[in-house]
Amino acid sequence: MSKIHVTTTVNGDEVEFLADPRESLLDCLRDHLGLTGSKEGCGTGDCGACSVTLDGTLVCSCLVLGVEAEGRQVATIEGMAEGNELHPLQRKFLEHAALQCGFCTPGILVAAKALLEKTPDPTETEVRYWLAGNLCRCTGYDKIIRAVLDAAAEMRQEAA
Amino acid sequence: MAKDELGETLHLVGTRPLRPDGLDKVTGRARYGADVSMPGMLWGAVVRSPHAHARIVKIDASKAEALPGVKAVVTRADFPEGLTGENWNLQENTMAGERALYDGHAVAAVAATSALRAQEAARLIEVEYEVLPHVIDVDDAIRPDAPVIREGAADATVPEGSPPNVARYIEFGHGDTEAGFAAADLVRERSYKTEATHQGYIEPHACLGQLGADGKGEMWVCTQGQWYIRQMCSSVLGLEAAQLRVTPSEIGGGFGGKTTIFMEPLSLALSRKAGGRPVKIVMTRSEVLRATGPTASASMDVKIGMTKDGMITAAHAEFRMQGGAFPGAPVDMALYCAFAPYKLPAAQHIGYDVLANRPKCAAYRAPGSPMGAFAVESLIDEMCRELGLDALEVRLKNAVKEGDRASYGPTFGSIGLVETLEAAKSHPNLAAPLGPNQGRGIASGFWFNHSGETSVSLAISEDGTVQVSVGTPDIGGSRASIALMTAETVGIPYEDVRVNVVETGALGVNEPTHGSRATFASGKAAVVAARQAIAEMCRRAAAEWGIDPEAVEWANGAAQPAGPNAGKFPPMGIEEIAAKMGSTGGPISGHHESVPEGAGASFGCHVVDVEVDPETGRTTVLRYLVVQDAGRAIHPSYVEGQFQGGAAQGIGWALNEAYIYGEDGRLQNAVFLDYRVPVASDLPMIDTQIVEVPNPGHPFGVRGVGETGITPPLPAIANAIEAAAGVRMRSLPMSPPKVLAAIRAAREG
Repeated sequence: MSKIHVTTTVNGDEVEFLADPRESLLDCLRDHLGLTGSKEGCGTGDCGACSVTLDGTLVCSCLVLGVEAEGRQVATIEGMAEGNELHPLQRKFLEHAALQCGFCTPGILVAAKALLEKTPDPTETEVRYWLAGNLCRCTGYDKIIRAVLDAAAEMRQEAA
Repeated sequence: MAKDELGETLHLVGTRPLRPDGLDKVTGRARYGADVSMPGMLWGAVVRSPHAHARIVKIDASKAEALPGVKAVVTRADFPEGLTGENWNLQENTMAGERALYDGHAVAAVAATSALRAQEAARLIEVEYEVLPHVIDVDDAIRPDAPVIREGAADATVPEGSPPNVARYIEFGHGDTEAGFAAADLVRERSYKTEATHQGYIEPHACLGQLGADGKGEMWVCTQGQWYIRQMCSSVLGLEAAQLRVTPSEIGGGFGGKTTIFMEPLSLALSRKAGGRPVKIVMTRSEVLRATGPTASASMDVKIGMTKDGMITAAHAEFRMQGGAFPGAPVDMALYCAFAPYKLPAAQHIGYDVLANRPKCAAYRAPGSPMGAFAVESLIDEMCRELGLDALEVRLKNAVKEGDRASYGPTFGSIGLVETLEAAKSHPNLAAPLGPNQGRGIASGFWFNHSGETSVSLAISEDGTVQVSVGTPDIGGSRASIALMTAETVGIPYEDVRVNVVETGALGVNEPTHGSRATFASGKAAVVAARQAIAEMCRRAAAEWGIDPEAVEWANGAAQPAGPNAGKFPPMGIEEIAAKMGSTGGPISGHHESVPEGAGASFGCHVVDVEVDPETGRTTVLRYLVVQDAGRAIHPSYVEGQFQGGAAQGIGWALNEAYIYGEDGRLQNAVFLDYRVPVASDLPMIDTQIVEVPNPGHPFGVRGVGETGITPPLPAIANAIEAAAGVRMRSLPMSPPKVLAAIRAAREG
């Protein structure tokens, strides 16, 4: 199958790649652009380990075709920190020990960031339902929820 | 600053610093199994049986081989013959021989220039099958007329005349159970079933293997144990172990499921056939569920005698477990653990390891213990209810203590079951009010904790910082705990220690991170290695001072003249000794290789409050408490994390997770949408209380904490459901339809 040339913006940088039309955005990020921070846990949109934003909307990149990224804005875990300055969510995940194996962490961070951009003051229940599409098998979610709530509180304080 | 009961004042152990691998893991930089590629790399794909049991008549790969970009195809014909025992089992599971033994069993594999091309080629490989009768359920598989999975599978333990799929038999016990039952005021016998569940790590298996015609190879792989991968791949492929160098990636969860091989030898076999080009294989989720190790399913009969004041007089258990088409269901472990929290005058245990047409089971967090606990802890709760006794008091009354003989034979050393039960009893969750349709359940849990072959190396760097090389992959913060123990021992800051998880070429054999052993065993070995390096640093200082090495002691990261020389020389710090070690005798390091003794048994107690919706049968977990003896929590946040993670997996097993097979023997729920593990909105916060009864077998008192936590949730939730809804669930999962049916039956009955 002949490949399609795709030009897109990833974490603010314009990039281009040749995509087989069957390849997912996740495949293209990982295998063509070397951005392996987004993970494949299921390939069916059930686990959220591949979460990225596409024009600001949270998506499972395994359910988006690579060719659909043409002309769009993609944001991945690799773009979350600004240089060496971690996003408050990243910092709070470390402080709260909200990761064990760390495999689901990139997707959960990207998803939680999308939540806090829409809902700066979420309840515990809102965080739990928003993250219900991001599986974590290690932590039982307790410390993840606490880290997200704590990051939200800090971000509100900074914004005030 | 905590004062250790072992007599030490601790500065670092028990604190909660950031984990050293954390930054890589929150920025996406950490490299997991599928994240590494190599020049000249090919991609592999595996052809799998769609049948539960079938004879492989013919494999025709000609169309696949004709596809441009296809570089190699392998079948069982590419593997050596003549293997025996577990090596044969591993080989047969890696690639089917004459018969496919379960839905998903590998029958061929292909390597090509891209992942898509490899998948295309796999679809072009034509396999002709003759479908054979199959058997899935353990109670069906143990019938005398069941389809035979493998002739001659029974080992010497199996009594003559046993059903054909019984592969192993176990029987042990002590005391006079008949007399015990006769002395009881209440004797009850019940049957229980648990379904197979999957470890459910979010990272699918992935490896990148390379093998030349000279028999030298390398592998990058997500695994709990790089030496196990090396040994098993070498055995299955007929290689020399030392010629295969295995590097563990960061690991995206394992829970026991990544202590063995599945497709790893296929990447090596394909590489060898493709002229030594590296071959990467990444499983899909469906492959993970169909063809890697879930846990066993169990069918269990338990009989217990109890006096009216709650003393257990005797116990009897017969467990039947299937662990797939190969021997290895953890029926022995299940029986050893089942009555471990109780001091029993008499107990008898009988177990059958049964073959069925399912994937070869792998270890899953305290293998066997959750099943046994489900049966025993459920029955004890039921009997307490019948006798009007408090379930926690009965557990305290019968609890094993140091010096008691365990139900499985040995005598317990220092253990913390009583302390754990007492802590649960006084926890505020036990006083929380309950509303309508709500109920509280408690249960105990046990795991032996494992030690295992361990090799650790420690070296002082030129600037006085310390590197530690361990062979146990870090799944949940063990780099942090080992760095804390090393820094505490040497007397330097936590940040001055770097713990590296190293490849097989760098150390002697290490068992995997399994059996709750990494912080215990690698930590203990790191402390011993650090003490060796300290002794050498004292010698270097003594030589410079011209005094006897015995007259030098180590404190606060420095050699100090002691005894009659005290105060004669200023302390010589680790930086100073390190800076000149090249001219004072060369590198300073420490090594420790052993099977460390004294792993220290682990007990826990869980308390759960649930609400059962009488209209739908849905169970909501309202409140959850884990109390467990950690011996000594080196990094309490990651200890709590183990408690919480174990509880969440147990809750999933109790309420929802199960392997669902069709009449055709095919797995029907091989995606995460249908094999539904707990999600964030299913769970409440999981409260934890760390009990610390120091383990005398470890320099800081550590007991492993990884596994016990998955054990109590199964019965604790069943007990809570009875309290909430008045129905006793004796088979898992306790899903809404099953609970609703039980509620309706109770109403009608």
